Amino acid sequence: MIAQPETISTGSSSRTPQETFVLNLGPQHPAAHGVLRVLMTMDGEWITKAEPIIGYIHRMHEKMGENRTWAKFLPNTSRIDYLSAMHYTHAYVGAVERAAKIEVPARAEYVRVITSELNRISSHLVWWGALLLDLGGFTPILYAFEDREKLLDLLEGLCGARLTYCYYRFGGLYNDVDDDFLNGTRKFVKEMRPRLKMYRALVTDNIILRKRMTGIGPISAEMCRKYGATGPVIRGAGVAYDVRKVEPYSVYPQFDFKIPTYPECDSMARYLVRMDEIEQSLRIIEQALDGLPAGPFMGKVPRVLKLPAGDYCYAVEAARGRFMVRIVSDGKDTPYRVKLRTPSFSNLSLYEEASRGMILPDALAMMGSLDLVIPDIDR
Amino acid sequence: MSASIDQISERFTRLLEHSSATPLATVPEPAPSPVAAAPAPNPTTPAPVQRVDHALKGFDLSVAVAPQQVVQAAELLDSEGFALDAITGVDWLAQGEMEIVYDFFHPTTSLHIVIRTRVPRAEPELPTISTVFPGANWHERETHDFFGIRFLGHPNLAPFLLPEDATFHPLLKDYKP
Repeated sequence: MIAQPETISTGSSSRTPQETFVLNLGPQHPAAHGVLRVLMTMDGEWITKAEPIIGYIHRMHEKMGENRTWAKFLPNTSRIDYLSAMHYTHAYVGAVERAAKIEVPARAEYVRVITSELNRISSHLVWWGALLLDLGGFTPILYAFEDREKLLDLLEGLCGARLTYCYYRFGGLYNDVDDDFLNGTRKFVKEMRPRLKMYRALVTDNIILRKRMTGIGPISAEMCRKYGATGPVIRGAGVAYDVRKVEPYSVYPQFDFKIPTYPECDSMARYLVRMDEIEQSLRIIEQALDGLPAGPFMGKVPRVLKLPAGDYCYAVEAARGRFMVRIVSDGKDTPYRVKLRTPSFSNLSLYEEASRGMILPDALAMMGSLDLVIPDIDR
Repeated sequence: MSASIDQISERFTRLLEHSSATPLATVPEPAPSPVAAAPAPNPTTPAPVQRVDHALKGFDLSVAVAPQQVVQAAELLDSEGFALDAITGVDWLAQGEMEIVYDFFHPTTSLHIVIRTRVPRAEPELPTISTVFPGANWHERETHDFFGIRFLGHPNLAPFLLPEDATFHPLLKDYKP
């Protein structure tokens, strides 16, 4: 069962075939970041097939959507990807606003952008800490959570929730931003820049990290296209696909920001994309704070909301990639169908193909670089 | 260089003309009341290839094809460089049909194209497109879970998100837990 040392010294193709064995990873495994199970057929340390088995925390959100009014489904959307709740509620309110032709005041859109970008940073910080934890570095997650704590405090002050935000409403926001939030956000942006510099010096340029990540887990642009992988995965394959630019929504076209891309297609490229994105998010937040218009934070919304029959889509750039809501209305006050297209589902679907022939520790490093959130896959 | 929306809709029009099969039902507008007993007639049969205003609907082109044409439609979009977004179903209980909706986005242009087809509710079968887009494997498996739609030629339609012994399809409109 265990391969002889002399036969595993080179790549899998030149080795004599070994008897394979099945290795079960998860559903309770720290590297799986939740209840993901991967059934791996191993040839020594090499993976011949890694089949993700999902559904352990499937909650059938899409059925729940058919059993309640449009507004009552809103809190569900923040519980799909618990690290990216602002983006998910944004997509859902966006779809309903599009269907009902609800005008959203400019102030509300600016605040949505600010809070979405804060959420993106906090999500990337969790990913960063957790990835390094997977790779055996314990310290960085403590730094990451220190920064993240400030973000959670800011967002808690706005909407009462620290994780599953339900801050957006059809036509605007739950409440207006106060000075505490605005000043706190400015302070955070100022403090975060030197932290990013420190993260680069401490971690990103660390030779051990580079050796674990560079050239590991290649995912090409073509593979992304065939599987629908988006977010930092496709941008780490050199494609500047970002919904904020490609299918612009909200007031994103008014801000000046770059879409970081790296053409190397490896885990390090996906790592660098996310680190650069934190900087870009800070730029967007600064511009939105500077340009934040006065005015109402809520538009005119009918008391009983009935959407015109038909189907409507709304896509946003969540922290993990393209999140799309497809709603189908039959003219009633409850959805006929709500489809949630989640980025982690598509990003994981390429895992079987991408991990073939890798050694186990590398495959786990690659899994970390995909930034999976399991409830986002299982819904 | 990628094709414009006009060129793509032209290619779809040609594809539909050249194929003898006609779509079972065309567009997505649901019947006024889904509880109406009689199968709703196709309302004035709109064109199968429809340009849509992205700002109003969130996609650019909606194409209704026959179930046996989905592979050709996927191949067409594959050749234009589209990426698979999602596959799902809608159960039109009143019409006795199930709609299968394929979303595609383009990684470099802003286009979002929707392919739709309908199959009879009693016999929900159509070919898989996982041969063209391997990512369709999971989406079709999920659609089979939720609606019981059988994708012919799919490598493995075993329960995916549902428990491994599940024999029910929760998104059917007549599903009783």
